[in-house]
Amino acid sequence: MKYVDEFRDPEKARSLLKEINGLVKQIDFCKKRPIYIMEVCGGHTHSIFRYGLEGMLPKEIELVHGPGCPVCVLPMGRVDDCVALAEMPDTIFTTFGDAMRVPGSKKSLLQAKADGADVRMVYSPLDALQLAKDNPDKKVVFFGLGFETTMPSTAFTILQAKRDKVTNFSLFCNHITIIPTVKAILDSPDMQIDGFLGPGHVSMVIGIRPYDFIADHYKRPLVVAGFEPLDILHSVWMVLKQIAEGRAEIENQYARIVPDEGNDEALEAVAEVFELREFFEWRGLGSIDHSGVRMREAYKEFDAERLFTVPDIKIADPKSCQCGEVLKGVIKPFACKVFGKACTPETPLGALMVSSEGACAAYYQYGDPDRLRELANV
Amino acid sequence: MCLGIPGQVVEISDATRKLGMVDVSGIKREVNLACIVNEDHSLDDCVGDWVLLHVGFAMSRIDEKEAALTMKVLRELGEAQEEIESMRLSGQK
Ligand code: SF4
Repeated sequence: MKYVDEFRDPEKARSLLKEINGLVKQIDFCKKRPIYIMEVCGGHTHSIFRYGLEGMLPKEIELVHGPGCPVCVLPMGRVDDCVALAEMPDTIFTTFGDAMRVPGSKKSLLQAKADGADVRMVYSPLDALQLAKDNPDKKVVFFGLGFETTMPSTAFTILQAKRDKVTNFSLFCNHITIIPTVKAILDSPDMQIDGFLGPGHVSMVIGIRPYDFIADHYKRPLVVAGFEPLDILHSVWMVLKQIAEGRAEIENQYARIVPDEGNDEALEAVAEVFELREFFEWRGLGSIDHSGVRMREAYKEFDAERLFTVPDIKIADPKSCQCGEVLKGVIKPFACKVFGKACTPETPLGALMVSSEGACAAYYQYGDPDRLRELANV
Repeated sequence: MCLGIPGQVVEISDATRKLGMVDVSGIKREVNLACIVNEDHSLDDCVGDWVLLHVGFAMSRIDEKEAALTMKVLRELGEAQEEIESMRLSGQK
């Protein structure tokens, strides 16, 4: 869908776009450079491309596709660690489908499975726990990844495993946290972001107050946004309105899902099971302080890192691959030398090509927004 | 995995573990309801609720209209099909 006419409420979309155009005219600096708005969440990236939103916005606005796809920011070495765990004897390695195809330095989990490792795709960590109960003679390892959206589900599963006294279940914890990541982006010297679309579902868990420092300290607006195309247009409008009025505030466009205070039950479970790591390695962004969590001492019997020797392999991304620059918004995906040639969704070199929430896969699938802009009949 | 999918709680299946059966477009599966239960909303109150599910956990209560709208977007993004498929596959032993 690339046309406003196909929106749920085309009239509303048209009037939002008209107001967005009006606001852009009030923002002086965009005569000299684009207005950079980063969507932090991969779900937004996917939606923006699917609905051709970038092409509908005035050319003064440049959307920067942020690091919010947990699969895309997995370093290669981490995939190698997973493969090593999966290839241990008597082991069932369980993971979400999204992580299966991410290339490691030698193979992906999918290839490890083809080579004979018992790798299984699960829908939920609860399914992995059930597998452990059903296979008492096997070690079942669950590869936990994702931001605060999926972190509570893993925490609850560990609490459940403890209550049920399961002894052959463990977690390879790769959960990451959004706040230090946004801070690292704001501190990065080669980046200029004028405002943010905040992630909807992460915020449903953490609420909107943790973002306050972005407005208070960095003087940038952030609007927590829904995923529906009208939600995104509405949120872009809210960010622009703040910029035009010289305000920097944290606003909540997605209040129908996101309570300002977050979800207490989820936060409690997370705090019970996890603690912050000193630092965590990201693909393309390097090491970011306090950007990941590990399991607390009290749950060590479920911690794959303590139970097994995780190789902790560090592998630099291939030279030809420019995922890091794309992630930081320094270059557009098609500027990467291997884009669409050596690197395609069928044979991904970089992780941004693996998931439909990755910027490269989105560009590959949906094309160049400048062309989309010409196509859009707005 | 990050976008979640809407479904409706049809019954409580395991009260001590706060588990319930949810219907997602005709596929039924057991999910954890702990995040939507609190002082004002008991486990039994959850039956009939529309919820947003993330990897087998009901993360928030939504209204029916929101559920329908979210499902439409997820279908258009191709995520609903993927999510339902992996739900269906993981139901098989
Ligand atoms: S085209 Fe491939 S290698 Fe280049 S930035 Fe994108 S995912 Fe990375």
